[in-house]
Amino acid sequence: MNAKTADKVATGVIIFFAVLIVAILGGLLGYILVRGLSHISWDFLTSPSQNFKAGGGIGPQLFNSLFLLVLTMIITVPIGLGGGIYMSEYAKDNKLTGFIRLVVEVLSSFPSIVVGLFGLLLFVNTFGLGYSLLSGAIALAIFNLPLMVRITEQSFRAVPREQKEAGLALGLSKWKIITSILLPVALPSLITGTILAAGRVFGEAAALLFTSGMTTPPLDFGDWNPLHPRSPINPLRSAETLAVHIWKVNSEARIPDAKEVSAGASAVLVIMVLIFNLIARWFGRFVYRRITASKRMD
Amino acid sequence: MENNKGSAGGFARHRREDLIGKTYTYICVLLLIIVITAIVYFVASKGLATFITDGVSPVEFLFGTHWNPVGDNASFGALPFIAGSFIVSLLAALIAGPLSICAALFMTEIVPGKGKRILQPVIELLSGIPSVVYGFIGLTVLVPFISALTGGDSIGYGVAAGALVLSVMILPTITSIAADALASLPRGLREASYALGATRWQTIYRVILPTLAPSLWTGIILGIARAFGEALAVQMVIGNAPFIPKSLLTSASTLTSVITLNMTNTSTGSVQNNVLWSMALMLLFMTFVFIIVVRLLQRRNKL
Repeated sequence: MNAKTADKVATGVIIFFAVLIVAILGGLLGYILVRGLSHISWDFLTSPSQNFKAGGGIGPQLFNSLFLLVLTMIITVPIGLGGGIYMSEYAKDNKLTGFIRLVVEVLSSFPSIVVGLFGLLLFVNTFGLGYSLLSGAIALAIFNLPLMVRITEQSFRAVPREQKEAGLALGLSKWKIITSILLPVALPSLITGTILAAGRVFGEAAALLFTSGMTTPPLDFGDWNPLHPRSPINPLRSAETLAVHIWKVNSEARIPDAKEVSAGASAVLVIMVLIFNLIARWFGRFVYRRITASKRMD
Repeated sequence: MENNKGSAGGFARHRREDLIGKTYTYICVLLLIIVITAIVYFVASKGLATFITDGVSPVEFLFGTHWNPVGDNASFGALPFIAGSFIVSLLAALIAGPLSICAALFMTEIVPGKGKRILQPVIELLSGIPSVVYGFIGLTVLVPFISALTGGDSIGYGVAAGALVLSVMILPTITSIAADALASLPRGLREASYALGATRWQTIYRVILPTLAPSLWTGIILGIARAFGEALAVQMVIGNAPFIPKSLLTSASTLTSVITLNMTNTSTGSVQNNVLWSMALMLLFMTFVFIIVVRLLQRRNKL
């Protein structure tokens, strides 16, 4: 085979594989949406799930997923932000920084099930939180922290040097420069990254099986006192999320319409992830335009 | 602002502000270090209890092929699960590796610009699909398909289904690392090759791939690491039989699938439960091995 033919064949193979990947994604999304959307109705989205008979919904699971996401982000964002700011602004180029970088790398490589097991051991059993939203949120926060640190570090590093030097020239303290000069400039990419990280939290299940549990107590959506056991926002109640529910109905539960319920729930999950992706893109562009436009007005 | 011009009050405020900033960020970093130490310590102490307190022989755990955790003659050979984890992860990388590198080449070499605009969102969406959804699709599409392919001889659950599901899941990991590596390649290398009269494939095969080999291997190792730690998607399609798989179509188990299925069914503190923690420790250990390999590869990076 001469060089020209080899080139043509190789190009063909590469293009074929690229098309194949696009086809796989198209197939996956198409399958989930076609199979799932027909099962999604207002009733399916709001009614409680069933353990033995058909016709159960995903109402509590959907609420749990969203509420757990909020709790997780409340824990993740401040700590991740602090860690990321340290890495980009305070860390000196020495062995200690190298060690912290390794810690972040290792933490981000831990299998999520191991983080879940750690949560089971420490928060559920030792601290006595039981299978609860709080245990789940802490486990997910640990799982998500390295990503948040990396997003923050990258966003801060991307700020032009001149902005920081201008602050130094004004005689501002380092912390003042970080909070009033760097943070606003880094904010768009920070928010985009955080929303994408949130999408990852939304679909996570392995870390939650042993921390937030596989059951949900009957909820009273009229009771918003976080101390009441039947209140939806009680952080110490157990909570099965949407992703955990999909796993459970396929491997343990005994409902006859398991496939339909999981197809519907999968479609909801995938649609939520798509929405997170779209919001992240749109928001990044929106904030960028706002910031650049406000500059012109000055 | 006036206060800041060197007056005593300005300095005091300066120091106060910087103290707040330092304290806050240092606490955050300290928390990260505490968390990782705690994870390693707790998982290791539970995982080693199997061998120290319960007297299970580590050799039996690592190399024993017989898994029978209950009864008088209990044996805790975890080799079937260790082997299962390695087999599905390596197979997944074998499928996803070439595909991902081709995707990355498509983005940077074949159709630069436009290719990236098409494939980048595709890769991001693939990595955004939750693992249980992959498991569910594997369960309802792939498993019946494999069963039909074999003419009903196999039930479809098994190593092949697990490896295929995992390969799609690790595609984005390998592709994005490979694409980043390709984008960082200096233009001069490519142009020099073209100037010598090499075709595009010759340039890719003789110049680009050898130069980027360490980075590409990094992507593949990280893909294997992700496959190794993945739990639910694999558990749903692999069949969960406690034997070393004899063929692609036999049902098997991985470390993660055994932990997932048995952790809540065994009572805390029992041998049956502790041995699951030993498997978790094995997962942690492998995470460290993968990271060391990646670091060694990065040191070999020629760029």
